[in-house]
Amino acid sequence: MKRLALILALIAAPAFAVEPDEVLDDPALEARARDISAGLRCPVCRNESIDESNAGVSRDLRLYVRERLLAGDSDTEVVRAVVDRYGEYVLLKPDTSGANLILWLAAPALLVLAGGVAFISIRRRASGPEDRLSEEEEARLRDLLDR
Amino acid sequence: MLIELGHFALILAFVTAIVQMVVPLIGAQKNWRGWMAVAEPAATAQFLLTGFAFAALTAAFVTSDFSVALVVANSHSLKPMLYKVSGVWGNHEGSLLLWLLILAGFGACAAWFGGDLPEKLRARVLAVQASIGVAFYAFLLFTSNPFLRVAVPPFDGQDLNPLLQDPGLAFHPPFLYLGYVGLSMSFSFAVAALIEGRVDAAWARWVRPWTLAAWLFLTIGIALGSWWAYYELGWGGFWFWDPVENASFMPWLFAAALLHSAIVTEKREALKSWTVLLAILAFSFSLLGTFIVRSGVLTSVHAFANDPERGVFILAILAVFTGGALTLYAARAHAMQAKGVFGLVSRESALVANNVLLAVSALVVFVGTVWPLVAEMAFGRVLSVGPPFFDAAFTPFFVALALLLPLGTLMAWKRSQGGRLMRQLMPALALAAALLLLGYALGSGRSAFGPLGLALGGWVLGGAMVDLWARAGRGAVAARLGRMRRLPRADWGRALAHGGLGVTIIGISGLLAWQREDIRVAEIGDSWTLGRYEITLQAVRETEGPNYLTTMAEMSVQANGREVATLYPEKRFYPVAGMPTTEAGIDGGLWRDVYLVIGDPQDGGGWAVRSHLKPMAAWIWLGGILMALGGVVSLTDRRMRVAAGARRAPAPVAAE
Repeated sequence: MKRLALILALIAAPAFAVEPDEVLDDPALEARARDISAGLRCPVCRNESIDESNAGVSRDLRLYVRERLLAGDSDTEVVRAVVDRYGEYVLLKPDTSGANLILWLAAPALLVLAGGVAFISIRRRASGPEDRLSEEEEARLRDLLDR
Repeated sequence: MLIELGHFALILAFVTAIVQMVVPLIGAQKNWRGWMAVAEPAATAQFLLTGFAFAALTAAFVTSDFSVALVVANSHSLKPMLYKVSGVWGNHEGSLLLWLLILAGFGACAAWFGGDLPEKLRARVLAVQASIGVAFYAFLLFTSNPFLRVAVPPFDGQDLNPLLQDPGLAFHPPFLYLGYVGLSMSFSFAVAALIEGRVDAAWARWVRPWTLAAWLFLTIGIALGSWWAYYELGWGGFWFWDPVENASFMPWLFAAALLHSAIVTEKREALKSWTVLLAILAFSFSLLGTFIVRSGVLTSVHAFANDPERGVFILAILAVFTGGALTLYAARAHAMQAKGVFGLVSRESALVANNVLLAVSALVVFVGTVWPLVAEMAFGRVLSVGPPFFDAAFTPFFVALALLLPLGTLMAWKRSQGGRLMRQLMPALALAAALLLLGYALGSGRSAFGPLGLALGGWVLGGAMVDLWARAGRGAVAARLGRMRRLPRADWGRALAHGGLGVTIIGISGLLAWQREDIRVAEIGDSWTLGRYEITLQAVRETEGPNYLTTMAEMSVQANGREVATLYPEKRFYPVAGMPTTEAGIDGGLWRDVYLVIGDPQDGGGWAVRSHLKPMAAWIWLGGILMALGGVVSLTDRRMRVAAGARRAPAPVAAE
């Protein structure tokens, strides 16, 4: 048991995401803090938000976000302050500036394009010539009817 | 010795695959029956040889043979037997061997059960299948050989990543691979059809069961992975839009699209070239997924540089197969003339809409997944694309898909009437409205999305029930129920799969809108309330497992003074790998999960404790199970079995 206690003491790295001592007393403010945290990436992790991450820097960022909120900043101001420090890398939802428009508009553009092509070709086909008989068949039909 | 035999068998399988790739293809071109006939025994031999190689590697893991480098790096003598076996595919080399085993297995199945395929088509399908094998055998043998020995065997191994030592994750990769690789059959059929220049109803009929099987395995694999993330990662998330998850989700979306467009090709001989293109795309995205996972290029741009040989090799495979198939497609697609004529309001149109929406959803996932890479390389911007983007960009398309789904299943082929459709769907609409009201009555939680999500799920689920009911014809209720029992299995399969999607939507909406969380420091004996439950921290013990140390809490859950459950959340530490893991204590139920996590001891005494109430969580995976079950039921339909190839007289091939 001593060995166990020793090892557990050695790995006292926080392994818990949001720690109890970080939680704000005001539930509304805490909810805002959680929402903001979920949109900010932990700078040293693999695809984790600071809300989910156990890393030390995430804890610092969570505390910073709450500090700013307590100081009366709006949500966008808090996010901007963090982005100013760490760059747009920490934004899990990229903005729509510059080339990022491609990211946001690629799918809607494809939808419009594919939808348009499908709509036109279905309409054309619905009233298209394939409904009718070929000339040969017409001739044969006339032949049969005239007989 | 066994290891060397396994290595040798793998090389033989490589050679066999080369023969299987070349000889039948020439035979089919020249019309030489003897050459075409090589494909069948070659496919069998290739499967048996790869099977032997896999068995040899498994034996090394089971007996903890630490003279094999791979076993040293990924196993440990104290590890439970289940994880010794799953350790075989818990690493790069072994998982590729599994990939190849499944690839050879599918090829062998096509050889064994493809008796009613036209001779030439079968020869070409098997040759294309073998060509994929050749590429991956070369990859495995030249860059990632699992059979290498170490000069000085150590006393013990370095252990498998503890996160992977879990029953859910032990079987997650094999199912996912069955799905990825299953799509190779659709790909082989598509390329063979392009070489022949002929796609008809019969072809679509042969492709469908393979696609369905692949989709069904992908569904199970993805559901297992998501379930694992839910209980293992310690905060009860079920989907993270991680590049590796997206890698499996894109083929799933394309497989779902292919499944539906192949129906149109089979029943109505329309959408032929689109179906072929989808078959190519679906497998290409499987390859892309393999590339993403294996090269690590998206988790970090720099991981690619660590192992450029492997990454470049897979990229080359991807380029050759996707590029080759698309070139062939461009050259031959015009030969496939659509025949069916249909109106704007018809089942064909609905299935086209399904395909457009699924393809666009897949594009959202694709663009979002590769954007960080593109932005950094092309625009010099280091940025991230995470869950908030996907939630915002993906959801609208999937909501549109879910809205259309019940309408589509009830539409008639060729031409349908809107008014009649809405009358039929009144019960589904009523169910949706009821759930919407129920959602609001429960309190809309954090946003209006909860009730709306419930309503959407109810609409899809109700639509699936109406679908079955409508298919049972007219007349008295008893007669209809009787007929419903005798409906073709494909009808039941479709209703189950669609209903499953509705159930999953309900689960996700319920969980996201009404989950509750409590974070606190608790001393032994402390109690607190969470929803209608009272939770007490009874004790915290420190003990040892077979290959880990653990801090285990005992927490009781009570409701109205009655004991509901006693849970034992753990915090484990695996000394060999030097990694901690959390094991949540979960009391699962149909309507809610109570989800408890124990954290670190606090300086001032007590323990950090997190407790979650997760309503409807089980529905997410219940829906997944229903979808998979729908796939299984459809596969057992007589029509599918006939198509997959019970040996009968060769089916007539429709003339073009």
